[in-house]
Amino acid sequence: MSFMCWRRESRLNSLFLSSTIALLLVGVSSEIRAQDSIPPIEQGVRLGITYTPGMRPGMLVLGGPQIEMLDSVRTILRRDLEFSDRFEMIYLPGGDSLVLGVRTSPNDQGNDSNTGSSLPEHFVNYSLYAALGADYAVSVLTDVDSSFTVNLYAVRGEEVRTTVRLRDMDPDSASFRMAIHRVSDALVRSATGEPGYAASRVVFVSRGRVYSVDSDGAGLQAMSPPGGTAFSPVWGPLAQRVAYTSLADDGWGSIFVFDFATGNRALVPHTDEYLNYSSAFSPDGRILAFTRSWAEGSDLFAYNLAQDCCLQRLTVGRLSDNVSPEFSPDGRRITFESTRSGASQIYVMASDGTGQELFAPFDYGVTGASHSPAWSPDGLSLAFHRNVAGRHQLFLMDVSNRDVRQLSSAGRNEDPTWAPDSRHIAFKSSRSGSEQLWVVDIETGRVRQLARVGAARMPNWSAPVMQTNQP
Amino acid sequence: MRLTLPLSVGVSVILIASACGGGPPPPPPGPDPDSLAAEQARRDSIAAAQARADSIRRAQEAAQAAERQRRADSLAAVRAETNAVRDMISSMVHFDFNMSNIREGEDTEVLEQKLAILLANPNLRLEIVGHCDERGTDEYNMALGNRRAVSSRAFLTDRGIAESSISVRSRGEEQPLDAGHTEEAWARNRRAEFRITGGGDVLVRPGN
Repeated sequence: MSFMCWRRESRLNSLFLSSTIALLLVGVSSEIRAQDSIPPIEQGVRLGITYTPGMRPGMLVLGGPQIEMLDSVRTILRRDLEFSDRFEMIYLPGGDSLVLGVRTSPNDQGNDSNTGSSLPEHFVNYSLYAALGADYAVSVLTDVDSSFTVNLYAVRGEEVRTTVRLRDMDPDSASFRMAIHRVSDALVRSATGEPGYAASRVVFVSRGRVYSVDSDGAGLQAMSPPGGTAFSPVWGPLAQRVAYTSLADDGWGSIFVFDFATGNRALVPHTDEYLNYSSAFSPDGRILAFTRSWAEGSDLFAYNLAQDCCLQRLTVGRLSDNVSPEFSPDGRRITFESTRSGASQIYVMASDGTGQELFAPFDYGVTGASHSPAWSPDGLSLAFHRNVAGRHQLFLMDVSNRDVRQLSSAGRNEDPTWAPDSRHIAFKSSRSGSEQLWVVDIETGRVRQLARVGAARMPNWSAPVMQTNQP
Repeated sequence: MRLTLPLSVGVSVILIASACGGGPPPPPPGPDPDSLAAEQARRDSIAAAQARADSIRRAQEAAQAAERQRRADSLAAVRAETNAVRDMISSMVHFDFNMSNIREGEDTEVLEQKLAILLANPNLRLEIVGHCDERGTDEYNMALGNRRAVSSRAFLTDRGIAESSISVRSRGEEQPLDAGHTEEAWARNRRAEFRITGGGDVLVRPGN
């Protein structure tokens, strides 16, 4: 498919596009009323990357029967698709009801289908959606009881691209929103061939406590006791475990692993002495790498969780700092930061500690200190932050050719972590005045605030949350 | 030796009484000038003895109090000295932004003093906790705080203090002394703190 078919070329479409823009605020404010806990979409706030509007396919979420559950499903889907940044969302005047064609009497069309049937027939008005600028349309329709069907229509092909049926949905259950997020990701995958990231969570620390929040900013929940000294939380694979450090008053720190399935919190052996922090799970979840600060400096260690043995020392810093390990998605390499050549810079090594080398190039004495490397889930990019004129800014490195480019410039931006789609990055920023968590789309530069929790720091984004894992 | 006086008086009274035995019946009880005088003498002598005993007791008590005071004074002196040394130990070392080297001048003086204290008190065990200001990366600051503790420790171990006497810790930027966001606050927060972990009950001043 070429870009051409995404362009809106008719006068009618441009007309609707401008009215769409005019109505963005209306759509946003009605969403705020529907979901008070959801931060509003930060329209038009971008990180300063060249962005060409109109190259993305138009997406229309159709209205339909005014049933409370379906409305909340539509709201979640619409927001997820908006947050995917892969579509030009089409908002319409007068609310949703104007656009969905639900024909209760099929005989109006004069055809001979389903004689005497009283069931509504869904009339998909492809030509109208195309006129509105939509390349895709989504309908949410009720089946029976608490089940419903989500259809993705390819407007120009005039066909149903994907159908997802959800049964026995309880809007009050904790798993409801995540189930809808999974539908959103299926729609993104179907429409673009790319992964979504709606069904994922971000852990972070605020005032010594670990919190988790869904990718859309909803579902905030505490994951460690209040009044604690939690530090550097990270997800295990499949979003089933979280490892974090509990700092002791005396300056040591132990690592605990919290398991959602069992609710157990277990001390990682050997971490009850010295200061142990900045953990990283291997992609298969068997190994936990972490930093230990002690009399020999700060070094990387690995503990085999699967075999419950074998503390392995990965670096011998000789008083230099080796901090913040993160595995490559294939598990074969570990990136980390080290002060071995002076200011902290980004290094890489095999996961057994051999072959340590500089990863992100820098000019000695010129380039600012670099920290907190994060490997994109597709393995292609590395995000980190670097000191630019006294402020931390986000940087991206192309892993294949090690080209580095700056991603942010406003305020102070640090501690990047990748969403499962390898396109969005959550980070800590002072751009709003206080430190908060934000999400940036590295393709368009659009940013939004993730959660309105004060003093939020050290975000870590999960892999897709599996169906079996329903905390 | 004057204590013998009441005894001799008593003996003579007994002798007089036995000499009268078998004689005419004793006169009816009444004021007998002799016995009155003897009784008076006896009382006087008892009072005198009592006074003497009191005076001796008071002297002894005074001596004991003085001894107690002397001991208390010396204990207070030891305590005062220990506290003074503890105060010296709790004085902090400060650092430049993102640095862990010991700055020549005030900070080396602070560490030289600690060195002298450690040499004068071989059983003393210390813990050095490094801290950072809020500006660095959260995780990196743990390592930086640790490095500040390590470099403070190295100053001491390079000058003869056993490595086992000093352990290193870090709280990164998690425990600011000053919650402000100014250069002054940051400078105060970039520090190494020193804590006694053993052998600190009685401390002597270096050079004593």
